[in-house]
Amino acid sequence: MALIDAPEREAEDAAAAPAAPGLGELFVAFAKMSLAGFGGVLVWARRVIVDQRRWMTADEFNETFALCHFLPGPNIVNLSVVFGSRFRGIPGAIAAFAGLLGPPLLIVTLLAVLYAHYGELETLRRILAGVSYAAIGLLFAVVFRMLMPLLRKRDPVAIGLLVAVFVAVGVLRLPMPWVLAVAVPFSIAATYLLRRRTA
Amino acid sequence: MTGAPSLGGLVATFSTMSLFAIGGANAALPEIHRVAVTLNHWLTEQQFADAFAIAQLSPGPNVLIVTLIGYQAAGLAGALVATVGMCGPSATLAYLVGRLLGRAGQSPWPGIIQAALVPLSIGLMAASGLILALGSDRSVAAMALTATVAVLAAVTRVSPLWLLLAGGVLGFAGVV
Repeated sequence: MALIDAPEREAEDAAAAPAAPGLGELFVAFAKMSLAGFGGVLVWARRVIVDQRRWMTADEFNETFALCHFLPGPNIVNLSVVFGSRFRGIPGAIAAFAGLLGPPLLIVTLLAVLYAHYGELETLRRILAGVSYAAIGLLFAVVFRMLMPLLRKRDPVAIGLLVAVFVAVGVLRLPMPWVLAVAVPFSIAATYLLRRRTA
Repeated sequence: MTGAPSLGGLVATFSTMSLFAIGGANAALPEIHRVAVTLNHWLTEQQFADAFAIAQLSPGPNVLIVTLIGYQAAGLAGALVATVGMCGPSATLAYLVGRLLGRAGQSPWPGIIQAALVPLSIGLMAASGLILALGSDRSVAAMALTATVAVLAAVTRVSPLWLLLAGGVLGFAGVV
């Protein structure tokens, strides 16, 4: 098979790049962005990594995030691992992972304990109900924002798959692993064929 | 409360889910709900909705909803085990793929796979919204609140935290 795209060599501008972060720095940086991240850590991750510390360029960050987005699991957790390992190998991955999850984990666990004790209080019940109604609204907003580019492209296969997954998992309540075992290969094959035809 | 699950069972459940969570924690919510509420009765519909609310209100990645579910199911050890189970396998995979691809560069496959997965994860998140919305007893005022927040968050740049707090205040005041 002929290689169509010649591999592009990126010139490493060593002079402009700041020193690679150490393990402690990785832990603290990810702990800070995680604790600041109410309703989403990604924005803060970008601010710290790209704007403040200049550990990555905007393009490198986007590339890394795209990788983490197509992999399964929480995107920002994936990002911490890929980012940490790029600078400091496995210890770096663990430091960033622990920084991202450790401190919020303590907070959430404390909240879990409080909820187990006071969850039945009428006042707390009402407050949490109100918060959860709003949180469901936020979820729908994310869906809406992600949906718009797809609708604009008018890709019938993608929209059909979206609706099929929604009905299978949301309405019929089928087990997600089975639904994805069918939908993922189908979607990848369809995307590949469509791209080859239009290329 | 029903019988507490074994920690090994929790690990197995969440490790599997970790690798199917395409599009993040919110995309895995229907499956988490099915396993934790419908199949195993680790928590009630109400507790699941509360866990979702608390996770959204808390700092940190919203995957931490599994910490709350793990705690409800099996106490402190359950909280830890569920969190590590949910994040561990996918993080390991991310590490390996990150090493393998290095600087991604010329291969078209990451782009193709990503484009193929986006509609699926949107479908899963929409399913999450539906399941959560149907799970709690909903008044007309509650549905109006959900719809208002959805529109505000979609078309403005208001911080999500303010919208969640507004929901809490309306709940406290007994409006919704």
